Amino acid sequence: MARVSLVACDRLEVTFGNGPDTVRAVRGISLEVSRGESFGIVGESGSGKSTVLRAICGLAPISGGAVRIDDRPVDTPRSAAFYRNVQMVFQDPYASLHPRHTVDKVLSEPLAIHGFSDVEDRIEQALNDVGLGTGFRFRFPHQLSGGQRQRVAIARALILEPQVLLLDEPTSALDASIQAEVLNLLDDLRTRRDLTYLLVSHDLAVVAHMCERLIVMQHGQVVEELTRAALQRKEAQEDYTKDLLRASAGFRAPIHD
Amino acid sequence: MAEMSTRDWLLSDLPTSRRQAKLGQTYRTWLLLRQNRLAMLGLGIVALLIVMAIFADVIAPFDPYAGGDLRTERLLPPSWTHLMGTDDLARDIFSRIVYGSRVTLLVVAMVAIIATPIGLAVGTTAGYFGGWVDTVLMRITDIFLAFPRLILALAFVAALGPGIENAVIAIAITSWPPYARLARAETLTIRNTDYIAAIRLQGARSPRIIWGHVVPLCMSSVIVRVTLDMAGIILTAAGLGFLGLGAQPPQPEWGAMIASGRRFIIDFWWVATMPGIAIFVVSLGFNLLGDGLRDVLDPKGEK
Amino acid sequence: MSDILHVKDLRISFPSRSGPVEVVRGVSFDLGRERLGIVGESGSGKSQTGRAILGLTPPSGRVTAERLEFDGIDLRGASPATWRKLRGRRMSMVMQDPKFSLNPVMTIGRQIVEAFHRQDNAPKSEAKDRAMVMLESVQIRDPERVYNAYPHELSGGMGQRAMIAMMLITEPDLLIADEPTSALDVTVQLDVLRILDDLVTQRGMGLIFISHDLRLVSSFCDRVLVMYAGRMVEELKASELHNAQHPYTRGLLNCLPQIDGGQRPLPTLRRDPAWLA
Repeated sequence: MARVSLVACDRLEVTFGNGPDTVRAVRGISLEVSRGESFGIVGESGSGKSTVLRAICGLAPISGGAVRIDDRPVDTPRSAAFYRNVQMVFQDPYASLHPRHTVDKVLSEPLAIHGFSDVEDRIEQALNDVGLGTGFRFRFPHQLSGGQRQRVAIARALILEPQVLLLDEPTSALDASIQAEVLNLLDDLRTRRDLTYLLVSHDLAVVAHMCERLIVMQHGQVVEELTRAALQRKEAQEDYTKDLLRASAGFRAPIHD
Repeated sequence: MAEMSTRDWLLSDLPTSRRQAKLGQTYRTWLLLRQNRLAMLGLGIVALLIVMAIFADVIAPFDPYAGGDLRTERLLPPSWTHLMGTDDLARDIFSRIVYGSRVTLLVVAMVAIIATPIGLAVGTTAGYFGGWVDTVLMRITDIFLAFPRLILALAFVAALGPGIENAVIAIAITSWPPYARLARAETLTIRNTDYIAAIRLQGARSPRIIWGHVVPLCMSSVIVRVTLDMAGIILTAAGLGFLGLGAQPPQPEWGAMIASGRRFIIDFWWVATMPGIAIFVVSLGFNLLGDGLRDVLDPKGEK
Repeated sequence: MSDILHVKDLRISFPSRSGPVEVVRGVSFDLGRERLGIVGESGSGKSQTGRAILGLTPPSGRVTAERLEFDGIDLRGASPATWRKLRGRRMSMVMQDPKFSLNPVMTIGRQIVEAFHRQDNAPKSEAKDRAMVMLESVQIRDPERVYNAYPHELSGGMGQRAMIAMMLITEPDLLIADEPTSALDVTVQLDVLRILDDLVTQRGMGLIFISHDLRLVSSFCDRVLVMYAGRMVEELKASELHNAQHPYTRGLLNCLPQIDGGQRPLPTLRRDPAWLA
């Protein structure tokens, strides 16, 4: 079966500012994600990994190159159809929900914008899908824990039934035990709904767990592209990737007498 | 299942409707405010002002316009009959103060109703769109900010004639720029948050984002600012009245009362001092309330 | 090797609308000149424990303990004068984000010198020399530049190293590090840890390393204390981590994704309400 390219970046460049304040956050990266795949982008701070996601969904300007969804270049500004197709889950659960909106409002607003009719059913279904009971429906974000907020963010992203989910460090701000629950939830949802993921993280272990293929980014460029299997066999070619692998193994104290 | 008390219903952790959630939030905010004694004092003063204005007919013992006997009842000192004495036209000062609260309240309410929406609209639009929209709107704001209130009021009066309505318009026009600045500053911070990015990603257009997402977050700071401003508005209205530009005689406006009482300040101090005290107390009340609201409606939004 | 810190039945409570809430409920441990890791998730009380040892609990909090002793000095109800002699001189703290723990309007050099002056009214030139030596010891290659720089001009890793220099210039006996590497990139984390490792070993300091990262702590420290909901649920040698007994510790170890793991779905922690008792 031919792999259908769903999300692709061709020599994507993103530059902010001008003159002496110019920041070239992304300097020509190319990637291709097939339908149903889970693709990872690993990098440290300043690597440009989050900027790639933001450029794909229109939150950052595309200064060069192209972004293609379903093999067609995206419109700028993005169309309503794009937003029904591609959604994003943000990193900080404490910042991605409006502090004055109830969970109900967070979930019903996208439905209202796109003119969906069976709002009640969809909201209940969305809350159930992410493992939150309907008792949470009228709570405010400050009445929810970090993990619960992130589940609401995931529910919000999925309520428009997109095909592609962009995940920007979805578990970095969560405790380890909550992280495991959320990662399992994401895994489960991907299988059940046949979603395509583009996952960004600084944590190599998270990316290795969630993604079949990944790229390593540094200073806005792709350092290396790997499969999960290659990563597990420690078959990294580039020094930077090897550094990352070593660092993920934890601290090994030098031997003192 | 046992019947929940209203208080429990409001404080419930699992609200079952929008109404319950919103009312619950308001109730919690009220509980916080209640703990601040000074704020409660301020609230009490404001409430008293409102009560005085509504029930002026019942509270005031004498007619504020008709004086008593000009030969015997002019400039009487405070006594049990005339709690605050009488003025030079033998009118009971206490009654005039009570009826004057209506004028004060009217001015304050009208200015708040006119200036706040304008300030919010201008500020959030400028802050959200940035670029030339921001520049144009902010320069317009600067132009209005450049006018001292009294000067503008004079200009208005010259154009339209004196009167309390024109005074209100003049004050409102000079009150909105700080609200616009405040709203703009808040919007600049809010604009870059993830929750705004998320709603943009859902295809929301700017009006929906500004009205539904940005404005609710600016409301707290603006409410606090307006409340604190009320003291200044009262003083400005009093100042205009003092200059003869606001309420016209025989309307019992507190500032005008001070003006007309000026002549008697040495020998008959109560004529000017009583309205002065009234202005002071009400301004203080609004200030205390505003301070209390600021503590409770923390716009940095840990809530 | 004598113990420098004794903590017995430490309890910290904060007032809340529904009465006082205990965030630390009876923590006990002794610390010698070794590295002790305190691990827990958010809300476990680990940071509050560290702060209580330095007397930095917010004023609304109540700290009680059967024993809270540093080198024979009773820390319970210690006077401000006693704290001044201890804090920054014999006990120091390195915090998570140098962006928030370094004074943004003072140069690094000035902050380090100030830390030094608190202990010793040495002449200015000597203080500067000591500061430069300190900056070099944290492997800052261009100490003159960093000495004159402001915190916002430094990267995270450099800022954290400057913080360590500032905290260690007075040669304290005890260093409490509260998530010192959590805000840093993973490659930088190791550099900073290596520096801490060197300094702690060379100077024979006691180190309390507070973190949420069980794997990191176990690879760096000698002993590990696991906290949950204000209680210590387990205390063990770092090398014995795989033999952890308490289900919470085991759960915490197992729920982490591994590069060469493969377990799907990840085992999640089942929180037994009995642990809250």
